[in-house]
Amino acid sequence: MTATALIAILLGMVLLLIRTLIGPTLYDRVLAVNSLGTKTVLALGLLGFVMGRPEFLDIAILYAMINFVSTIAILKFFRYRSFQVPLVRRGGAQGGKR
Amino acid sequence: MSDLLANLYNFFEMVRYPSGSALCLAGAILCVIGTIGVMRFPDFYTRMHAASITDTSGATVILIGMALMAPNWIIVAKLGTIFWLLFLTSPAASHAVVNAAHTAGLQPLIGRLGKKSDDEEGAA
Repeated sequence: MTATALIAILLGMVLLLIRTLIGPTLYDRVLAVNSLGTKTVLALGLLGFVMGRPEFLDIAILYAMINFVSTIAILKFFRYRSFQVPLVRRGGAQGGKR
Repeated sequence: MSDLLANLYNFFEMVRYPSGSALCLAGAILCVIGTIGVMRFPDFYTRMHAASITDTSGATVILIGMALMAPNWIIVAKLGTIFWLLFLTSPAASHAVVNAAHTAGLQPLIGRLGKKSDDEEGAA
C-alpha cells in the first residue's frame, strides 16, 4: 500500500511537470514548481519507508527548506530581474530615507 | 492495570502498519486529486486553490501515516520537523505567488463556465 501511495505521488508529479511545460502564464509555472517541491518531499519520505531505510527523511528536510527559498528567489527575480535588490521598500513609512 | 497496558500496546503494534499504510494511500489520493485540479481548472487563482489541497491535507495525512509506521522516535522527530517546515513555508509561498500575480496585473477569469470572458474575446 505504501508503494501504491508512492506511485500515485509520482503520477501527480508527472501531471505537474506537464502543467509546468504548458502553463499559460509565468505564475502557473511557479505554482506548479512549488507544488512539485512539496510532492518531492513526500515522495522522498515514502521512498525511504518503501525501501526500509527511513534515513531518507534528512534529504526530505533539506528539500523542504530549499523549496521555499527557491520559490521566493524565483519570484523576486521575475519581479526585479535581478537578485541584487533589497526587499525593503525605500522611502516608505517604515523604511525611512536612505 | 499492567495487563491492560500490555494489551493496548500489543493492539497498537498490530494495527499501526495497516493504518499507517492506509493513511499514506489516502494522502496520496488527495495529492492526485489536487494535481488533477491543477491540470483542469481554467484560471491561475482556481489552480492555486486546487494546489493548496496537496499542501495542507495531503501532506498532513501522509506525514501522520509515516509517523504511525516509524520504527523509532528519531524518525517521528524528523517527520515532525518536516511537518513544521511545510506548515510554516507553504502558506507563505502560496501567498507570495498569488501576491506577485496580483501585483503584476493578472486578472481572474470572470464569467460562465466553459465560455470565454468578454475580455479574452475582445483580445482575440
